[in-house]
Amino acid sequence: MHGRKQSTFGRLTALAAGAVTLTTALASPALAAGGIGGTIDPIVYELMVFVMAIFVGYYVVWAVTPALHTPLMSVTNAISSVIVVGALLAVAVEHGAVSGLTGGDTVASKTFGVLALIMAAVNIFGGFLVTQRMLAMYKKKGDKR
Amino acid sequence: MTPNLVALLYLVSGVLFILALRGLSSPATSRQGNYFGMTGMAIAMVTTLAVAAPQSVWTWLLLLGGLGVGGSIGAVTARRIAMTAMPELVAAFHSLVGLAAVFVAAAALYAPDSFGIGTRGAIGAASLIEMSLGVAIGAITFTGSVIAFAKLSGRMSGKPIILPARHAINLGLFVAIVYLIYLFCQSGGDATLFWAITLLSMLFGVLIIIPIGGADMPVVVSMLNSYSGWAAAGIGFTLSNIALIITGALVGSSGAILSYIMCKGMNRSFISVILGGFGGETAGPAAGGEQKPVKLGSAEDAAYVMKNASKVIIVPGYGMAVAQAQHALREMGDALKKEGVEVKYAIHPVAGRMPGHMNVLLAEANVPYDEVFELEDINSEFPQADVVYVIGANDVVNPAAENDKTSPIYGMPVLQAWKAGTVLFNKRSLASGYAGIDNPLFYNDNTVMVLGDAKKMTEEIVKALAH
Repeated sequence: MHGRKQSTFGRLTALAAGAVTLTTALASPALAAGGIGGTIDPIVYELMVFVMAIFVGYYVVWAVTPALHTPLMSVTNAISSVIVVGALLAVAVEHGAVSGLTGGDTVASKTFGVLALIMAAVNIFGGFLVTQRMLAMYKKKGDKR
Repeated sequence: MTPNLVALLYLVSGVLFILALRGLSSPATSRQGNYFGMTGMAIAMVTTLAVAAPQSVWTWLLLLGGLGVGGSIGAVTARRIAMTAMPELVAAFHSLVGLAAVFVAAAALYAPDSFGIGTRGAIGAASLIEMSLGVAIGAITFTGSVIAFAKLSGRMSGKPIILPARHAINLGLFVAIVYLIYLFCQSGGDATLFWAITLLSMLFGVLIIIPIGGADMPVVVSMLNSYSGWAAAGIGFTLSNIALIITGALVGSSGAILSYIMCKGMNRSFISVILGGFGGETAGPAAGGEQKPVKLGSAEDAAYVMKNASKVIIVPGYGMAVAQAQHALREMGDALKKEGVEVKYAIHPVAGRMPGHMNVLLAEANVPYDEVFELEDINSEFPQADVVYVIGANDVVNPAAENDKTSPIYGMPVLQAWKAGTVLFNKRSLASGYAGIDNPLFYNDNTVMVLGDAKKMTEEIVKALAH
């Protein structure tokens, strides 16, 4: 039973690693476009990365031990807050820096940006720290606190 | 920085996020994984700041202020939150991801130039599709998680709220949202349509969660986790940001897998959970009103039986979390081990209110994780166990799931506690579990009911064991 589990796990890891490599290769437009000989819309590359990442996620998450499903949820919360990059862009919007942006639009963008930034920051700090706190509690037999 | 370098740095942070999840395959590697995640986040943020550095002091202040306020709220919450409150904390975090997605989409709508997706009122259709999907899923995640939070934290009853004609209402809302998205994509980015999509999606989020009962919450929490991922991915496409697209896909599939595992743990289809109306905390169908005899026992009886056993399996459930009995339980385990008794813990996949809920509580109480076993690993050991101590669980040890075809939970995988020599059943009262189903195990000859608060009863057993 144990042996079978190990080998399944090994296969999953290899698959996940392979998918990552594939994703990386696909995400490099120069490499792929050179072979095809035309320009490909960036959205197609994004879609490729997206689909490959779903497969990577599938194998990686099945390999997560059920005992750690709660930390899995809190850490996925933390990493999905990488949406903070959008918030940072929105806050940095400057009036007059780009064409066709009125003062009102700038204020709106900045306001939404700051709100999004606050929410994402709560999640980033809260998510990673609470995950760390939980993971620190998992001890093996004989481990000292 | 060149655009290529920027894209590669985002790819690096995406890969670090994959490694963060990869680390969770074992508690030994999990802490390192969490650091990978933090590093990935730092890389993504620094890269973004380097690309779009704030031009004025005022902007820097806004930025640091926002980070400071949010960061301190997050850090303080993470430090103070009780482990038993983890399900509602996770639900609250989901709602924030959803709302952040809505706000980022709104910012991109008002200042599309800075996101490189066109000009105000003339945004490309492809970007608008991505944006509207992101905002719709984000808004559903936001309100849905707020309701889930309210139910989990007891601010709202866990009973399903069933509206008449709710399926028709939901379907109508869904069609309306799709139609508005269609109009929005034609409009070049009309703000009124944007906010109409947002409002309808928020309403939709409320309506799909209120009919789902307390016992189905593990599925709901996992499902909202998945939604928050898809919302992030939608925004990732709008911003053409690889880190966000990878993360969205990871989180989306993670939540979907957890939902699947939870549904399988309850032998329910995902559709039937979503349609709701199950798992109220009400008493089930009155079983003829006849009172079958049960054996009642005291803490001293329980201590005596366990002390003389050679193997004890402990089955914790949501009641243990409510009573905060995990520390007392670990003391009981220690006392038994001192008497030379073998102690193991058996966890059902849907015990508690979220995936892995019981494992975290036991870990908090310093129970070594190699004494804690999942259903499929321990189910064959019940016949060899002299005593099973069921604490705050009910439906997950209900034999009706295996042998009563008329039972609503028939077919659900359960822990075969009844195969042990003696079953000590700790409950507050003889009421049925969250599924509202009578448990025949109460009336078995080898079952002793030790009624009382899980924590108090366990503490009394510990005291009795010391004598």
